[in-house]
Amino acid sequence: MATQTQVIVNPARQRGWLDHVQDWVTTVDHKKIGLMYIGYALIFLVIAGFEAILMRIQLLVPNNHFVSPQDFNRLFTMHGTTMVFFVGMPILFGFGNYLVPLMIGARDMAFPRLNAFSFWVSAFGGLLLYFSYFAGSGLYGAGTAPDVGWFAYAPLTARVFSPGHSTDYWTLSIFISGIGSIGTALNIVATTLCMRCPGMKLSRMPLLVWLYLVTSGLVFVTISPLTAAQIMLCIDRYLGGHFFDTQAGGSAVLWMHFFWIFGHPEVYVLVLPAFAFANEIIPVFSRKAIFGYPAMVAASVGIGFVSLSVWAHHMFTVGMGPGPNAFFTFSTMVISVPTGIKIFNWLATLWGGNIHLTTPMKFAIGFLFQFLIAGLTGIMLSVSPFDWQLGNSYFVVAHFHYVLVGAILFMIFAAFYYWYPKMTGRMLSDKLGSWHFWLFLIGFHLTFDFMHIPGLEGMPRRIYTYEADRGWTLLNQIVSSGAVFQAIATLIFVWNMVVSYFKGEKAGPDPWDAWTLEWSTSSPPPSYNFATLPVVESRRPLWDRKHPEEPDAQYE
Amino acid sequence: MLVSLQLLAVSPDIARTAHAFPSRAAHWVSHVGLRFSSLIFDQPAGSIFAPQATPARSIFSLSLLVLGICTVIFLIVAGLLLFTLIRYRHRRGYTQREPAQIYGSTQIELSWTVIPILIVVVLFLATARVIFVTQTAAKPSNALDVVVIGHQYWWEYRYPKLGVVTANELHIPISDTKQPRPTYLTMLSADTDHSFWVPRLAGKMDLIPNKVNTMWIDPEKPGLYLGQCAQYCGVQHAKMLIRVYAQSPADFEAWIKQQQLTAAQDVNVAHGRAVFEGNACANCHTISGTTAHGAFGPNLSHLASRDTIASGAVPNNAQNLRAFIDDPAHFKPGVLMPAMHLTDHDLDAVTQYLLTLH
Repeated sequence: MATQTQVIVNPARQRGWLDHVQDWVTTVDHKKIGLMYIGYALIFLVIAGFEAILMRIQLLVPNNHFVSPQDFNRLFTMHGTTMVFFVGMPILFGFGNYLVPLMIGARDMAFPRLNAFSFWVSAFGGLLLYFSYFAGSGLYGAGTAPDVGWFAYAPLTARVFSPGHSTDYWTLSIFISGIGSIGTALNIVATTLCMRCPGMKLSRMPLLVWLYLVTSGLVFVTISPLTAAQIMLCIDRYLGGHFFDTQAGGSAVLWMHFFWIFGHPEVYVLVLPAFAFANEIIPVFSRKAIFGYPAMVAASVGIGFVSLSVWAHHMFTVGMGPGPNAFFTFSTMVISVPTGIKIFNWLATLWGGNIHLTTPMKFAIGFLFQFLIAGLTGIMLSVSPFDWQLGNSYFVVAHFHYVLVGAILFMIFAAFYYWYPKMTGRMLSDKLGSWHFWLFLIGFHLTFDFMHIPGLEGMPRRIYTYEADRGWTLLNQIVSSGAVFQAIATLIFVWNMVVSYFKGEKAGPDPWDAWTLEWSTSSPPPSYNFATLPVVESRRPLWDRKHPEEPDAQYE
Repeated sequence: MLVSLQLLAVSPDIARTAHAFPSRAAHWVSHVGLRFSSLIFDQPAGSIFAPQATPARSIFSLSLLVLGICTVIFLIVAGLLLFTLIRYRHRRGYTQREPAQIYGSTQIELSWTVIPILIVVVLFLATARVIFVTQTAAKPSNALDVVVIGHQYWWEYRYPKLGVVTANELHIPISDTKQPRPTYLTMLSADTDHSFWVPRLAGKMDLIPNKVNTMWIDPEKPGLYLGQCAQYCGVQHAKMLIRVYAQSPADFEAWIKQQQLTAAQDVNVAHGRAVFEGNACANCHTISGTTAHGAFGPNLSHLASRDTIASGAVPNNAQNLRAFIDDPAHFKPGVLMPAMHLTDHDLDAVTQYLLTLH
């Protein structure tokens, strides 16, 4: 295969840096686009992480003057918006872009040009959001970056409460990145349904691909109401509409419904890919097939459907009346059943295995443990009367960071350590990886375990400062101290990626002795992925190849 | 771990009796438990685990059930995970090429589908009961009605049947178990979304423009209950503090009588009153018996009877009051009250005048 690559590139011509830039800007290769998604998300991860650290410094002592209230409100708005739309979505789409075609034995996505378009549109959305820091004041001189919170409740977004253009940058950047998200989702659905290699029936598809299919389906359904709401908000702000303008009879609650019918499935859009990584990594390092493949597929599809009926659990304190409160309590609790099935199936996969605690596996175990806790605090929040106390407090902040950091980010780190060898041809350092894992684990638990308690003591979220007599000071200092560990660990991770790219151990095509198709081609894969399309007969084609005496097909 | 610590924290008595055990481990555990319970309990703001009114108490009992179930689930699953990791981790002497491949088991999978469903049903029924009991409680005829209006960064309290309008410090009577007298709050908003949250009395309820919400509270013990706005409402969301004064019936009646009086008229501070009425102060604030009828800002008819100013941000005294009038953004950057640029003389006069408004 390597020799074929040599033929394509003319070795006689010296390639300058501009040629490389042109390669990347004009590429329609799913792997390059995937890597660009990931790189772009990592840059925003560092920016939004920095914003979090500024907030934690501000909250170190009561009545601190480190940042102004206005700046603090911009910080949490930008942190949340960036992390959800410009870190979470692109990094997961990046891995999906890279892995889905490889794992189903395809040579590219179904629509390579749409793929490139989606990436560049999303990337533009992120730049537009941050451009608000320079241009948000417009002619009004009021506000720079948006300061309406990441769910931008009406009527705070009305022109009377948000003069200037900062809210418009928020609206338009999300609108634009939504176009990219829908494009990529469409692409993933078409790819999985139409481009699978011979022999790969839906029932033989790797679980990662299944989960990306469900995620993409959810993106379809949920980005649409969000986009509609953004357009309505623009009409309110510029064309005299009154959808959400309460001063003219509009409805603030309508915005909440629009936002959360997007917002809650969005949580699953972010967490299902994390499940996807776990479904690949846990079996390989337990050296066992995934336990209960059909149940895992059913649970994933089930979560996808049920997640569309739980949105108003974000609105238990809005005054919905007992009927809706009871309904959304029930639907939210129901989602814990398929989620529980997943956790138990992962445990059963570990059970009886031969568990190798490599760096990706360490992160995956961290994910399992933390996702368990996040799920349990989720059950507490689903109990609507309990939510009347916990909602909008620091307990909720701790809960969803447990999901987003403790589960999703841990699994993203695991995915980096697992697939970096495939993407670059070099292993990440296990020693640095160990430092990264343990420091991040300590930092994570210092920050987010202790963050639950001020919420139980009455500390609401989104306050730029707090009163000295409430007894929240020590807890906030512990929470802030954890951020230091997490920051150092992240720097180690970045350092590991840079150093290993040049000096890492050579990976070879299949460093983990794994079973899915991406490990059957070279690392990094050639631009066409497979010289000849693979033919599969089971869910683990490489297992069959390595164990011809006992192929999976006999047992499935 | 966190969940179990919380459980320890909510039962300080258990933690204290643990002192009786001789072992050092038990002593250490009880020490940690006490530290955590002191973190949660010894605060005037109070935690959701120290309820002082019926709504907060029924949530508290329900939360104990939920915490209990969650703790049991946590211990079982985390224990299994830990055991599996220790028992099945790779060892050097491992000779098999690969462990036995197990693809699934319908019976086992069915059991961990059905058991969670049963737990969900139990939890849901317990929850539904509290939802309906709290939200559909019949309103007694002697209940006190208060209209709560959220404004950007302060609270307006109106007692429609008593003709009292005040701000930021809510006074209500305590409610006896023998003779219940709950306070029913009708929640409105003048601008953006807000949320009324006093953890020891009840869960929070949002104040949303164009929507009327209600909630009720019935504190049993006299005292000051603290809370704050729990829905992001703009720049000064953090300094939109709530103070609820639960008073004995006699004290409450006395307070109402005082608030119903026309604002004090003291000739010694006539100049200060003239400054107030002659400046834009009168456009936003009301002081009964004067020409000031503004409705954008807090009613100041009995300002001097309040403990705090600026929605609980600072104590109400001459120094703070003067500083606030001079530059409201000094205590609350982003507050909607503008600096009036009064001369030092007028500033002193208007401060003196406001201090007479008992």
